[in-house]
Amino acid sequence: MNIFQVLGQSTLKSLAKLGRGSLFFISILSGLGYVLKRPNLLMKQLYSVGVLTFWLICIAGLFVGMVLGLQGVYTLSTFGADSSLGIMVAASLVRELGPVVSALLFAGRAGSALTAEVGLMKATEQLSGMEMMAVDPLKYIIAPRFFAGFISLPLLAALFSAIGVIGGHLAGVELLNVDAGAYWSQMQSSIDFYDDIINGIIKSIIFAWLVSWIALFEGYDALPTSAGISRATTRTVVNSAFAILLFDFLLTALMFGAN
Amino acid sequence: MISIRNLTFSRGNRKIFDNISLDIMPHKITAIMGPSGTGKTTLLKLISGQIKPDSGSIFVDQQNVTTLSRSKLFTLRKKMGMLFQSGALLTDMSVYDNIAFPIREHTHLPESMIRTVVLMKLNAVGLRGARDLMPSELSGGMARRVAMARALALDPNMIMYDEPFTGQDPISLGVLVKLIQTLNQTLGLTSIIVSHDVQETAAIADYIYLLSAGKIAGQGTPEALNTSESAWVQQFMQAKADGPVPFHYPAHDFTSDLLANKKQ
Amino acid sequence: MQYRSLEILVGFFVSIAIAALFFLALQVSNFSALKDHGSYAVKAHFDDVGGLKTKALVSMAGVPIGRVTEINFDAQNYDALVTMRIDSRYNTLPTDTSASILTSGLLGDKYIGLTAGGLDEFLKNGDTIDLTQSALVLERLISQFLFNSSDKSE
Ligand SMILES: Nc1ncnc2c1ncn2[C@@H]1O[C@H](COP(=O)(O)OP(=O)(O)OP(=O)(O)O)[C@@H](O)[C@H]1O
Ligand SMILES: [Mg+2]
Repeated sequence: MNIFQVLGQSTLKSLAKLGRGSLFFISILSGLGYVLKRPNLLMKQLYSVGVLTFWLICIAGLFVGMVLGLQGVYTLSTFGADSSLGIMVAASLVRELGPVVSALLFAGRAGSALTAEVGLMKATEQLSGMEMMAVDPLKYIIAPRFFAGFISLPLLAALFSAIGVIGGHLAGVELLNVDAGAYWSQMQSSIDFYDDIINGIIKSIIFAWLVSWIALFEGYDALPTSAGISRATTRTVVNSAFAILLFDFLLTALMFGAN
Repeated sequence: MISIRNLTFSRGNRKIFDNISLDIMPHKITAIMGPSGTGKTTLLKLISGQIKPDSGSIFVDQQNVTTLSRSKLFTLRKKMGMLFQSGALLTDMSVYDNIAFPIREHTHLPESMIRTVVLMKLNAVGLRGARDLMPSELSGGMARRVAMARALALDPNMIMYDEPFTGQDPISLGVLVKLIQTLNQTLGLTSIIVSHDVQETAAIADYIYLLSAGKIAGQGTPEALNTSESAWVQQFMQAKADGPVPFHYPAHDFTSDLLANKKQ
Repeated sequence: MQYRSLEILVGFFVSIAIAALFFLALQVSNFSALKDHGSYAVKAHFDDVGGLKTKALVSMAGVPIGRVTEINFDAQNYDALVTMRIDSRYNTLPTDTSASILTSGLLGDKYIGLTAGGLDEFLKNGDTIDLTQSALVLERLISQFLFNSSDKSE
């Protein structure tokens, strides 16, 4: 087999997978009505996808914010600009780190769990069993999980940024004696609600869509064996990370590149 | 009730079914038997529309499941029960909720009524006391009986059992055989049984199809098959070790296979 | 787990996250400064805006009173036309107010500083500020300095 053949084959394979994935996504969307009629299904998934990731996000946000605070003070004070610490911490959090890091953590914590769960359901014929009971697993199993992920991640990202800003305050103001007034007022005058906060939220909504979609599709498309599921779980984390970083680049170029 | 015409289906290069046709009579028990790996489970999946054949048609209730839309297929399946070989219980619900699941999904019955139905079905398979266990706490045989209760939950008019007797002790086996027979007689169900237990199956089946190597190797009433002249049918029905029934998955000659190892 | 306690936890999670969103909007960003009052637009011509950006602050006596909304090239006068919106609370700026482009700190952002004049008429929506001073561009300063010193040495 020569290199072109390998390349051609893997391209075709990826395209076929993308096609299947798109169809899968359309069926998820058509399950929205079902999910709205069955809020208890959504509630259960909001718990296992959102609530169980809550503490991880809080702790990670706090520490990332504190590190930003420390590093920021060290760097900015060389220029005598440590009054700009608030801007630096908040801008990096709401624009980049909040959406990106929480999406990466979400992929590792919730995404992999979704893939493994759905993959195992497939392997143990629970999905087929459901189909035989005339219950569509795309609606009953997949759609609530998708929408739970889609709702949870933007909320978690906002939480991450907010806690990070407080973490920056703890490290910069409480620990290294940056002026508290400067920290908050500089931040408030420089962080734009539409350009920074709303754009950050849009980013995390797109990441939420990507990660939930990838995780569920990998599970649904997994080979129904233990090796198949383990590979699918790995792929979820790896592909989500790639997708998040790639889309982050594109979105940043689109949102902040203009001026 | 079910009629299959010129069905061909392959997995990879291997033809699982090669142009077979068969009919399943309404209100009768039809048994599908054959060596392990011939495609009995596959046949049930084809009948229920979970997989599509390469060619041929499968009519269930005058509807061709090979071309049916997803929603029509789902409507049809509400009248179809299926007992999976693996049980396929939903592992995050208790036994009780597993059986209540299809009822809750498809009817608007009040919980009290659902409770009555669930307990009746569980009682029929002798597991009323196990209603609060989770599927992971059941033995293989118990799980299969729960799955059977669930297959019956919506009172289907057609039911497919994939190896209902495997893993059952002699007593529950006897009860299950009787249950299948009673259901068939009192409710007029159309039943398809896939099983390796020749004696038990022959005792209740009205008609038997023997599958082998993608073809129908024999068919008829149990009496007719028992007195059949075909050596193949005889060997299978009497469970003899020697004869034309292949025990092996298709393979090369054993000696040449062993020698091939040396050449490498 | 009981469905009820699950609901409570989810409710807890969602409300904390929404509180975080409000925190970001109100405490971290300029959201509260944006909405309060109406604003009016004022224009000014500058010879050189030197890195001024839209959304830059407009301040008077060091207090932010508005923002730059548009920066355009004026093809007739070959200069820059800057449009800024001033908070309606500050509607008593004299018409001879002057505007200059300043830098916050040595390397900080450019902003527009307004200095009040003495007339009794006030700037209205659409008015133009006539007295302007362009941004200090470092290269130009340096070349001016070199030019002057070479003049002297002759
Ligand atoms: N998902 C699959 N992919 C590829 N081949 C498969 C798959 N499922 C089954 N097969 C093949 O199809 C053949 C028929 O399988 P099937 O499960 O229908 O056999 P069976 O008659 O039910 O056997 P048993 O009595 O052991 O349950 C087997 O030989 C198997 O190798
Ligand atoms: Mg089988």
